[in-house]
Amino acid sequence: MSTLGDVQPQSMHFAAPLPLKSGAQLRDYTLVYETYGTLAADRRNAVLVCHALNASHHAAGTHDGDPKSEGWWDNLIGPGKPLDTRRFYVISVNNPGSCFGSTGPMHVNPDPAAGGRRYGADFPVVTVEDWVDAQARLIDALGITELAAVLGGSLGGMQALAWSLRYPERLRHCIAVATAPNLSAQNIAFNEVARRAIVTDPDFHGGHYYEHGVVPRRGLRVARMIGHITYLSDDAMEAKFGRDMQAAALGYTTQDIEFQIEGYLRYQGDKFSEYFDANTYLLITRALDYFDPAFAHGGDLTATFAGARSKFLLISFTTDWRFAPARSREIVKALVDNRLDVSYAEIAAPHGHDAFLLEDARYHAVLRARFERIAAETGTTP
Amino acid sequence: MELIAELVPPGSRVLDLGCGGGELLAHLRDRRQCSGYGVEIDDANVLACEQRGVNVVQLNLEEGLALFEDKSFDVVLQLDTLQHLRNTEKMLRETARVGRIGIVSFPNFAHWPNRLRVVGGRMPVTRVLPYEWYDTPNIRVGTYADFEVLARRDGLRILDSFGIQNGAVVRRWPNLLASVAVFKFERG
Repeated sequence: MSTLGDVQPQSMHFAAPLPLKSGAQLRDYTLVYETYGTLAADRRNAVLVCHALNASHHAAGTHDGDPKSEGWWDNLIGPGKPLDTRRFYVISVNNPGSCFGSTGPMHVNPDPAAGGRRYGADFPVVTVEDWVDAQARLIDALGITELAAVLGGSLGGMQALAWSLRYPERLRHCIAVATAPNLSAQNIAFNEVARRAIVTDPDFHGGHYYEHGVVPRRGLRVARMIGHITYLSDDAMEAKFGRDMQAAALGYTTQDIEFQIEGYLRYQGDKFSEYFDANTYLLITRALDYFDPAFAHGGDLTATFAGARSKFLLISFTTDWRFAPARSREIVKALVDNRLDVSYAEIAAPHGHDAFLLEDARYHAVLRARFERIAAETGTTP
Repeated sequence: MELIAELVPPGSRVLDLGCGGGELLAHLRDRRQCSGYGVEIDDANVLACEQRGVNVVQLNLEEGLALFEDKSFDVVLQLDTLQHLRNTEKMLRETARVGRIGIVSFPNFAHWPNRLRVVGGRMPVTRVLPYEWYDTPNIRVGTYADFEVLARRDGLRILDSFGIQNGAVVRRWPNLLASVAVFKFERG
């Protein structure tokens, strides 16, 4: 249950263009964000939360008293929760390119040459590093020079790592959950299947479907279905669905739903296609593919983290095969090689990659212990 | 704990294999200006380390120490851990690879009350070895003298060794008079 209550999204406009890794720039953009808790007078208790693929700035609390509108990490953030908003000032930013309010492909392209058209497929390709730069500008604007911690899971964990590399002096703790130093070929392959499903949908119109008044919903559904399979463990799926049938007898049909897992995936796909933007899905999966901080160091992850200064906490989940524990251990090794402070917890959880969003006592206890330490260092009391 | 801590040179970089709740690492950090990491498999111990502010890496030691480079630590501690590992000898070699100095402690099976029990036809059950033969986590039981033989075989140079009995150092006939064996060694 949410202990935070109602929260209000805010937005900030940035007139100065954001230079992107690709060499392009994002002009005239807006970031939507939420904050929870109170910024201390010394401004040392700010924690940045980075979101993953299909999430938004709405990490905790509810909107308009609707209990169904709980934020995606509400079990972690709030008064009395592991990330306790009585002690910390929590900032959660919607990344550019997203479809939840910050400037994204569904907004009007400010380039005069675009003639007032929406960005669509012309939205510049954004990277994890670009997002981190955008977040840093927002942090600047909020008057915060140093973050007590940056926290994220999955793609959000990549952002936390990127923070420790790009702004080593601006965060004291980097907490990266269920993440990886880059995507494996198998991971990129899953993303590519999802992208092909979207791009080959006849309603995609080269990414300019807004003008046609349609949405490539079929592609989005399939993209979500494949993604969803990879977020769950084999065991979790077996436990939840097994070979349970929709009806008592076989229907001898190839196209109707026979097994409950089929119904579940179709439901997840339908729901997703109602609220998620196809261009955003393409952009975010590409940001995942591109993340590879060691690339600039000849693949040497130890050399990559040589400039990092923060204290690290890494957490992985034993049944997460999309961001497997071995990938987190690669990061731990690079940090140990650099003699940096790091702790690593490998949580035996049955849920696969999704575990990072779920309430698991051992997982949350480790996070709570870290945030209590950070609060003690920061000198904030509830 | 203090007896072991005194073997660790001040300011050392320490790797503590099977570090438990991180008590010794916290002690070495606070009293002897040491830094480093613990390795631990148990969830509750990992949490205790995190609460103590001790760096801990959750890892199964049976999988080896691939995470750590050669000679990357001044001291590698392996206290009351060796006897729980299937791959005892490999672990010892790994300890010598990763650290300049290794310090191990383990229950000495040749302590005289144990010998009496065995002569009487039963496996020993004592304060240091409190388990029955069928439920003991000590899957590798050895003696003070056995370790000297293994160390020689693996080319380890023993820098210091002694027994511990009732919190006191035993240097005279430790194989007979001490329930715990302690060895400090380096790669020869």
